Amino acid sequence: MFKINLVLVALLVICALGVVAAQHEARKLNMAWENERKVARKLEIEWGKLQLEQSTLIARRQIENAARMQLNMEVPSADYVQIISTRKVDESRWVVLDNAKTY
Amino acid sequence: MLRHINRTVVAQVSMPAGRARVLLGLLILGMTGLLVRAAYLQGMQNDFLQQEGEARFSRVVEMSADRGMIIDRNGEILAISSPVASVYADPQLIAINPTQLRELSGLLAMDEAEVERRINREQTRFVYLKRQIVPEVAERIHALKIPGIAFETEFKRYYPEGEGTAHVVGFTDINDQGQEGVERGWNAVLAGEIGSRRVIKDNKGRIIEDVENIRVPKPGRDVALSLDRRIQHIAHRELKKAVAIHKAKAGSIVVLDAQTGEVLALTNFPVYNPNSRSSITSERIRNRALTDTFEPGSTLKPFPVAVAIETGHVNPGTQLQTSPGTYKVGRSVIRDVSDKGMLSVAEIIQVSSNVGMVKIALSLPSQTLWEIYDNVGFGMPVGTGYPGEANGLLRPYNRWRPVEQATMSFGHGISVSLIQLARAYTIFTTGGELKPVTLEKQEFPVMGQRVISKETAMAVSQMLEMATQPAGTAPLAQVNGYRVAGKTGTAHKLIDGKYAKKQYISSFVGYAPASNPRLIIAVMLDEPSAGKYFGGAVAAPVFSQVMSGALRILNVPHDAAANNIVRYLFVSPEEQEG
Repeated sequence: MFKINLVLVALLVICALGVVAAQHEARKLNMAWENERKVARKLEIEWGKLQLEQSTLIARRQIENAARMQLNMEVPSADYVQIISTRKVDESRWVVLDNAKTY
Repeated sequence: MLRHINRTVVAQVSMPAGRARVLLGLLILGMTGLLVRAAYLQGMQNDFLQQEGEARFSRVVEMSADRGMIIDRNGEILAISSPVASVYADPQLIAINPTQLRELSGLLAMDEAEVERRINREQTRFVYLKRQIVPEVAERIHALKIPGIAFETEFKRYYPEGEGTAHVVGFTDINDQGQEGVERGWNAVLAGEIGSRRVIKDNKGRIIEDVENIRVPKPGRDVALSLDRRIQHIAHRELKKAVAIHKAKAGSIVVLDAQTGEVLALTNFPVYNPNSRSSITSERIRNRALTDTFEPGSTLKPFPVAVAIETGHVNPGTQLQTSPGTYKVGRSVIRDVSDKGMLSVAEIIQVSSNVGMVKIALSLPSQTLWEIYDNVGFGMPVGTGYPGEANGLLRPYNRWRPVEQATMSFGHGISVSLIQLARAYTIFTTGGELKPVTLEKQEFPVMGQRVISKETAMAVSQMLEMATQPAGTAPLAQVNGYRVAGKTGTAHKLIDGKYAKKQYISSFVGYAPASNPRLIIAVMLDEPSAGKYFGGAVAAPVFSQVMSGALRILNVPHDAAANNIVRYLFVSPEEQEG
């Protein structure tokens, strides 16, 4: 009887220590998880900032100003544009339209 | 075992019976005391004690939920939240020397006296020095190591396109709530809900255990608009230019996808910069294209013509006499700019003859005329979900006088918003169907509503194409390499119930490429006062510029030979009525 009790007491102590250890481990892991969460949040914010930066840099106004002012570029006028069409352009309708009186 | 121990005890200790009894009594008394105390603490004080205990290590922490982004149809950002720091001070703790004060006020861009006044406020333990400064500056202030100064993170909205998208996107207030535009109309979707959870912290403030989630955070969703940032930029640039050149009071432009009805660009002038709140005034805040109405003038002419053809009252070749350029309806006289003689219905649209238009309109029952205007959506909001959409005014036909039926045929006595006008033209670009307009990107094509037959739509479309030809009112609307169709409008402004003599609203609505329309663009300029005021001279060039830019961006195949613009042939637009 006494021996069984002794074993049980020993088991109890071991279990209790186990619980404490597990609890400690759990808290440690939790802390680590919490830290990762913080890092994730930071990265999220960083990502947002980078997106903002990118979208500010590609603002058409800026690109256009840089092209016009710094590089002296301009959109070619119609006289300098040659359109090469892969299909035949239907010009027959222009005749009809130019002679609206005979519609 | 017990028996064994008892035996030993009994064997070793023996005392007088009286003393033993007293001792036993005392022990029982002590025991009872303890039991009562335990019962008291466990039973009666339990809740209070547990609370106190928890308060010493358990904390409720917030879980942040960001406001969603607003993006355009290609995923480019139109509005995004970015963290900023707010600097606050605890006046009871602050200790600052003059050098630090100078540096601090320099970094905050505030007066030294103002900073000093704030940090010397007595009887308070919290005062904002400045809200929403960029994190880099906050870090430099932090480096000054002034005791009593601390920071908190807040989120600020940024609008990369600035004033270009201001009217559509809107803005938020300092507490991140939408105040105008999409930010307001879609606030419920965009706004996140902050969550909270209960945790246990150790003595160093680290979270060591998650107890429960009190509220799960709900991050805001992104809203994808139908806008195309590139087209929006062109539209805004050209409108700004035109408003300046023609010294107009205001102006608006709407670009629609001609097949789906999605709004690709929408901008107004005057406008504000959503990134700096000080530029916001009530005059600049109005999204005129959506919330203001005007009498559109001749841009409405295609609709009575369409219904007249549809119901068989006329065909495109029907000849009508417009001489001598005036026509009496009741006691009023309808005028053309000049005597244009015999005109076909197509030519009436091409040269925008009021007299011809009135003759067509008066041959129709008033109900028929009302129905076409009603069917293309005048008089009711377009239903984009944007806050404050205008209805416009379309009075019931049974209360029209004959002269009103006449004037309504050329766009007077009826008021519409620019977006309603642009949308109405979808019946000519889709072969007779009115498409709903949306500010949100459509994932699936939306069903339209048939208003006129395909044949009628084609016939009117050809007339509208003639209007941009050299003999029409809007040759300046032409775009190199594309066939363009459209209609000008020049309306006297209605001021206090009377038509102003010298104040006009010039407009142009058109689409291209005419053979397979991709875009509808509606332009409106309010009170151009630099000399020119006809829609064909003021609004049509804006249309042309925006259209050519947008078609190039969208890589739309050409449907006409290059250099199809034959401007040198045409009579000055000043000769023609809008």
